[in-house]
Amino acid sequence: MGMQIAFYFFAAMTLGFALISLFHKNVVHSAFALLGTLLGMSGLYVTLNADFLAMTQVLIYAGGILMLLLFGLMLTKPSEGERSIKRIMVAVVLAGGTAVLSAYKMAGTVWASSPGELPESTVTEIGLEFLRFDQWLIAFEFASIVLLAALVGAVHIARRRFPIDDTNALLKTEQGGQN
Amino acid sequence: MPLSAYLFVSVALFVIGLVMVAARRNLIYVLMGLELILNAANLNFVAFNRENPGDLDGQIAAIFVIILAAAEAAIALAIVLNLNSRIQSIRPDDADTMKD
Repeated sequence: MGMQIAFYFFAAMTLGFALISLFHKNVVHSAFALLGTLLGMSGLYVTLNADFLAMTQVLIYAGGILMLLLFGLMLTKPSEGERSIKRIMVAVVLAGGTAVLSAYKMAGTVWASSPGELPESTVTEIGLEFLRFDQWLIAFEFASIVLLAALVGAVHIARRRFPIDDTNALLKTEQGGQN
Repeated sequence: MPLSAYLFVSVALFVIGLVMVAARRNLIYVLMGLELILNAANLNFVAFNRENPGDLDGQIAAIFVIILAAAEAAIALAIVLNLNSRIQSIRPDDADTMKD
């Protein structure tokens, strides 16, 4: 019973904040609504016996990725953009098609399941699986290399300067001054 | 709760993310929609792991997805900043320098 209440609460939190994030006009408000979605997801993970994943979700998504998004918002020009009917139609068709198709496929499917239960806390098990050589050790090390390469590449891309475009920007400011 | 409840939440989240990617005209919104889609996939991984508790492969796949999402967010934000300094706009439609 308590689990059901928790599930409904976190599911409503996740989907409600996701809808706010979708429909809100202010980009910063949308980003903060995304924070609610991510925290609700972490609650859903707790109801699924995935405590390590719930912590990781809060630390990396809410703490890291959302901060990156907010920095991106603050460093760029806020462009809401005009609403184009064509795009909204495309989005509605895509969304309706996906929803109908998945509901149709989900209704008639019997999912595989096996007996047993997950341990109460999965932190130790996940750590052991990551460090065992015949399980996930190689993938784990490759993931750290990928992260390092991605972050170094991100710094390089974000710092790159284009001399041609600098002169263009200069020309534009001069024209703006004449006008 | 049954598995289908989690799958329903996951599909709803995926659809919201899809609409966000397709309908919004701001690259930051597109990135936020991508995060929602990745989260929907993650929820599926973890929910199926609860039904098959012999090992923890589902949860570990979800952890790898989170790692790659962090890398993707960093790279994508760098590209957005670069685009912003090059064409003074972060609308996806304006990034057509390589056209014709």
